[in-house]
Amino acid sequence: MIQIRIHGRGGQGVVTAAELLALAAFKEGYFAQAFPAFGVERSGAPIQSFVRIDNQAIITREQIQEPDILIIQDASLLHSSEVLFGIKKNTKLIINSPENPKTISQLLNKKIPAKNITSSPATEIALRLLGKNIVNTVILGAFIKQNKIIKLKSLLSAISEKFAEKDQSLINKNKAAITEAYTYVRK
Amino acid sequence: MKKNIKTQFLEGSNAVSLTIANIQPDVVSAYPITPQTHIVEDLAKFKAQGKANYEYLRAESEFAAASIVVGASATGSRVYSATSSQGLVLMMEVLYNASGLRLPVVMTVANRAVGGPISIWNDHSDAMAMRDASWTMFFAENHQEAVDLHIIAYKLAEEFNLPATVNIDGFILTHSFENVIIPSKSDIKKFLPSYKPALGTYLNPKKPVTLGAFFTPEHFWLEKKRIDEDLKHIITVFPKYYKDWKNILPSPISVKACLDDGLTEYCGPKNPSTLLVAMGSVVGTIKETLRHNKNVGILKIRSYRPFPKKSLQKIAYQCKHIAVIEKAMSSGAYGPLYSDVAASLPHFKGITSNHIVGLGGRDINIKTIQNIIKSAKRAQIKFW
Repeated sequence: MIQIRIHGRGGQGVVTAAELLALAAFKEGYFAQAFPAFGVERSGAPIQSFVRIDNQAIITREQIQEPDILIIQDASLLHSSEVLFGIKKNTKLIINSPENPKTISQLLNKKIPAKNITSSPATEIALRLLGKNIVNTVILGAFIKQNKIIKLKSLLSAISEKFAEKDQSLINKNKAAITEAYTYVRK
Repeated sequence: MKKNIKTQFLEGSNAVSLTIANIQPDVVSAYPITPQTHIVEDLAKFKAQGKANYEYLRAESEFAAASIVVGASATGSRVYSATSSQGLVLMMEVLYNASGLRLPVVMTVANRAVGGPISIWNDHSDAMAMRDASWTMFFAENHQEAVDLHIIAYKLAEEFNLPATVNIDGFILTHSFENVIIPSKSDIKKFLPSYKPALGTYLNPKKPVTLGAFFTPEHFWLEKKRIDEDLKHIITVFPKYYKDWKNILPSPISVKACLDDGLTEYCGPKNPSTLLVAMGSVVGTIKETLRHNKNVGILKIRSYRPFPKKSLQKIAYQCKHIAVIEKAMSSGAYGPLYSDVAASLPHFKGITSNHIVGLGGRDINIKTIQNIIKSAKRAQIKFW
């Protein structure tokens, strides 16, 4: 079982990101589970969401205590003790940040080595392609690149399904942003 | 598995609303409250999109919503409502009337703590507030059970003329996504025929009747006794109905239960030394904790009302320790489930303990369950 914990702030689509990842995994034939941990329901409050992916039915409901993968949508949360709670030796991190993995590892007092960190300039991509700082879909492109669990195709298909009632141009923009985050190479 | 059956990946609320739409009620009325909101929003949307034929009435309060479905049910309609927490408490007077008038109202309770202090999160204090309202009360462990139990709830409600509620843990089930199979209208029809009460049993000018009349002391107790007998009678038919339904619709969940009579489900060794008893979504986390445990078993109470005394006795009398894990507390006494379990086992010689968990959304993790098992050798009541 792979356990993923996503951290962000209210209004950033933290919950939707978990749903999209799990839906993409389901499309590949996995059992999946996605659920949120709402704090107070207001914009800007730290929020977590959780994803489990497995080959067999997932029955546990506990919040993820020891994540295999951490996704941080908002770098300002990096210093909150909740974010690094329960990390293991091999926990991987995907973070929305223009900084390189080495700098981020130093910011974390090397609790996660640079080789396990993928940093994605998701805010920059989102502002350019979506016109607003909503990075939840964008950062999933970086997730797909780092972890070969789910194919890009399945994630794009999950976007089409989840946003089916939204404007087609919005769907296309999100897909383009995900693809850019997926193909992004840090110079 | 049958070819036409398709597993979908859905939010719990969405799974419930799609199932309700396929059950085809005549009247839906509700007032939105967290965490029930997505269910009633979905049902309103289906109606607005022309995908459903029910009358949808958004009430001005939960008291009104409950009154609307009680009134509609009294005219012989199949009805549905859903609520949570303070909303359920506001309905309370009407809930007692629904059972007293013998109306087959079906309602989802998306379980949430009753304030104050204010909490939007999950526990079972709302369900326990209606425990004595003479409703059938079921608790779902996962999305598939939530789906199945709604269909069984309608079947039993309409056959026994008693209202029924399906409890699903707020957020944990209502806002989570997982694999689930939604039955089609025709699948449901095989088990649950259209609701056609006999003329003279509901309000109809062709054959006028009185519902909810005044009962003098000579008759009131007899009516209450009859409701109790009818509720208990459900215990005898539930296992067959559950089996019949599961033959129509399989589950995507592969965890095999050792014993499953519908009312309860037991997972664990043949002769457990410690038995855990619990309801709702926490049972999943308990099963995960016990995956390789050879001494401890878990009995899930699916039907809380009527209470499956015999199913419990069958397994419990062999054990040394019984630990009841529940998300509600009757302050000053015990947890409500513990009281029922203890009262059902007058000849039990071992040790019983009561563990109050998950109040107001407090996360229940595997470590907590492990610690509860360790402490089950002591007779005690403990908050975790």
